[in-house]
Amino acid sequence: MTDLSRRKLLGALGMAPVAGGLLTVAGSATGGPVMSADRVQDQARESARRRYFPNLTLRTQDDKEVRFYDDLIRGKIVTINFFYSKCEDVCPIVTSNLVKVQELLGDQVGRQVFMYSFSLKPKEDTPKAMKEYAEMHGVKPGWTFLTGKPEDLELLRRKLGFTTPDLRADKDVTNHTGNIRYGNEPFMLWGACPGMADPQWIAESVEWMVRPDAVHLPHEHAPAHPDAPRPEHQHHVHPAG
Amino acid sequence: MYFNVFGEKVSKGRFKQMVNAFRNRQELIAAGLTSRRDLLKMGLLSASGMLLAKHGLSARAQTSTTTSTSTGSPGSFNVCLPGNQAASPPTRSFVEPLPIMPLAQTVPVASLSPAPTIAPNTAGGEVRAADHQGPELNPSMFPFPPPRVYQVRQHAIQAVQSPDLPTQTIWAFDDGFHATSPGPTYRADYGIAQLVRNINALPPVNQNGGFGMPSVTTHLHNGHTPSESDGNPCDFYPSGNFCDQYYPNVLAGFSFDHQPTGDINEALSTLWYHDHRVDFTAQNTYKGLLGFYCLFNQFDTGDETTGFHLPSFPQFDIPLAFADKVYDPTTGTLAFDLFNLDGILGDKFLVNGKIQPFFEVQPRRYRFRLLDTGPSRFYEFFLTNLNQLGATNQFFVIANDGNLLPAPVKVNSVRIGVAERVDVIVDFSSFAGKTIYLENRLRQINGMGPVPPQGLVPGQVECSDAFGNVLSDILPAGQGNLLLQFRVSGTKVVDNSVNPALDKPMFYALPDTTATPRVTRTFKFDRLNGQWSVNGQFMDCNHFRFLVQRNSVENWILFNATGDWTHPIHIHLEEHQILSRNRLPPPLAVERSRKDVTQLRQNERVLLFFRFRDWVGKYPIHCHNVVHEDHAMMGLWNVQPQGDTVLTP
Repeated sequence: MTDLSRRKLLGALGMAPVAGGLLTVAGSATGGPVMSADRVQDQARESARRRYFPNLTLRTQDDKEVRFYDDLIRGKIVTINFFYSKCEDVCPIVTSNLVKVQELLGDQVGRQVFMYSFSLKPKEDTPKAMKEYAEMHGVKPGWTFLTGKPEDLELLRRKLGFTTPDLRADKDVTNHTGNIRYGNEPFMLWGACPGMADPQWIAESVEWMVRPDAVHLPHEHAPAHPDAPRPEHQHHVHPAG
Repeated sequence: MYFNVFGEKVSKGRFKQMVNAFRNRQELIAAGLTSRRDLLKMGLLSASGMLLAKHGLSARAQTSTTTSTSTGSPGSFNVCLPGNQAASPPTRSFVEPLPIMPLAQTVPVASLSPAPTIAPNTAGGEVRAADHQGPELNPSMFPFPPPRVYQVRQHAIQAVQSPDLPTQTIWAFDDGFHATSPGPTYRADYGIAQLVRNINALPPVNQNGGFGMPSVTTHLHNGHTPSESDGNPCDFYPSGNFCDQYYPNVLAGFSFDHQPTGDINEALSTLWYHDHRVDFTAQNTYKGLLGFYCLFNQFDTGDETTGFHLPSFPQFDIPLAFADKVYDPTTGTLAFDLFNLDGILGDKFLVNGKIQPFFEVQPRRYRFRLLDTGPSRFYEFFLTNLNQLGATNQFFVIANDGNLLPAPVKVNSVRIGVAERVDVIVDFSSFAGKTIYLENRLRQINGMGPVPPQGLVPGQVECSDAFGNVLSDILPAGQGNLLLQFRVSGTKVVDNSVNPALDKPMFYALPDTTATPRVTRTFKFDRLNGQWSVNGQFMDCNHFRFLVQRNSVENWILFNATGDWTHPIHIHLEEHQILSRNRLPPPLAVERSRKDVTQLRQNERVLLFFRFRDWVGKYPIHCHNVVHEDHAMMGLWNVQPQGDTVLTP
């Protein structure tokens, strides 16, 4: 895997604000000196690393050893979900959705976008079991399945917020199989969406991480009926005066 | 099971040690060692913000909980930090005055470049979904350009939120005269349409300082606003683009059942504006993108000598925006829990952008417009006199969600959730020369909402001092969060405002709710395998779920399938009235009102009454716990001349 360089990402941005990004001082100025934007950014990135991204050793479906922060997160645009290969409930839906997302993102996956699925049952999800699961679903390169020590995967699950505050419900692993995190580590953009959402919508959300400054023209108004085909930019009907 | 802030499992013994260490730290603060500087001077705090091991103080005095102490610093009791958050550095309370947001200033329309157009000026950098409906519908009622024009830019500013924390880089609204967060307050008037050119001038994405998406869409919350100016979550645009938002300031029903000017009993007063960018609303509002919009008319005049004689704006009519936040314990900079799907709580309480400010008031009546800006906390406001904790200090609620009630309601306290507003009248005349506090006494320990009135379910507790104990949802007086200190002057003053206790004023009657609904739809709010959902579906900007018929009546059933969670549910375009909670009329007098956010409480089924009038286009229904909202607990619907009858859209 190659890290996506910061320079490359910055290059993808292009547009400069039309009205400028002037800093204005408001309120009483009793605080300390103001740090440069770069320094603030570096500090915030370091805080996020310490808080959320322990550099744990994990194992891929190809039985390769990787480090969570160094190899999987640092400098990358990623999707993250949790699964277990024997899950019969929602995991197959989410996985097949993600297969469609992978198709929609095309050759960006493995180059600009990296997809990760972390095991909720690392004892039974051996590299071999994960490889079979990936092959069964038609997973293509650029999407890595990860297992490791149970306590490490449990720590990761908590760090990445695949939890519920009700501790009884938290023990039920099926409660953690639904969501997909998407993010851009150097830019510290992190969002999440449901794994059962429309793959087109999930792919659009991931695209925001690749091209956060792209202009999307909104749908003018809605189609005549929710079941009807969805026309782009249909002209709305005005109320009668 | 107990966890530290790093999400690691710790023993009960270790957890208690951490709690004790935190308590010790609070005691240091209480002992007058209130600032970082003091603690540094005393050698008790290292430069990295950690308390040094001394007299039993742990060097890792951060737990995922902070607990009640009888001697802690005022306003820091019973604060829990769920998830991967660490306690903020100590700050002093009531050392800085309450900021009052400046009034937004108009600009000449000729100063707008490019000139505003009815159709979206896509080539000129505008991102808008459709033509302005008002001017196309009725150009004499909704002139173009309208009489009042504003130009605001959203950009980064440097702000001091506490003298004990470093200067923060946050995001603000700038009307060309003031750049503040909360942004400038609009003083709007019924019958005078206005246009706001909203320019996104946020810094590039690689300068977000740790969180926030520099892509925006500004919603005017509770506005009876045409869809294209509503600030729909899907109508977002990046830095360098703009959107012209046309606010008609018109009463609902003007084109339907109350022609030609609309229903006076649908008059709105306290609105607010905030970023609504799909999936990133929590981060962007937390970073500062919000402000007030106060709408006046011939009754609610802003002048206490006319109309309803409510305290004069802006001297005695004060918008108050409440927010709870967390600051990095090492750097002191504003922190946002990026990996949280349940709801984010802070351990610092800000009013109008300052941590626990004070406000010097005169011994007379004031109108306060209280707004919960979230992200996830509910508040129950009490007036507390720390020298007389047994006393009940009553006040009057005059408006719910910014809508004046039929008459003032006298209360001991009032509870609101995220995005709800309540206007109150507080009479300080009996407190002349004294100091009293606005206190939040509601116990909330995680994103689920307030703890149930009957107390905690044993074993549920990850973050509290409870260790499985049963606790009341209301904390004792003086042991909650002291949000704002009122310093009441001793000098008697003139007060021309209405006295709710004696004058028995009447405001607007509630619009009739006996009309037969065209359709009754049901919305089930649920969590499926961790995914927030509405009727088993998820937010998707490409998917519209149902069609409301313009100028029709509907009933909506909100059903809470998430058990112990409370969700503040917001519906755009039109207000609603609560017909029932679990098939009984709403128990509280303040809920017999017009609403735009309804708390869907534990195990509830709530029946709402709507009239959808005047405008067409797309609008959302969503949970306003912005963390739930950002994680798909939202659905889009559409108003058109012909509606459908989908029952569970």
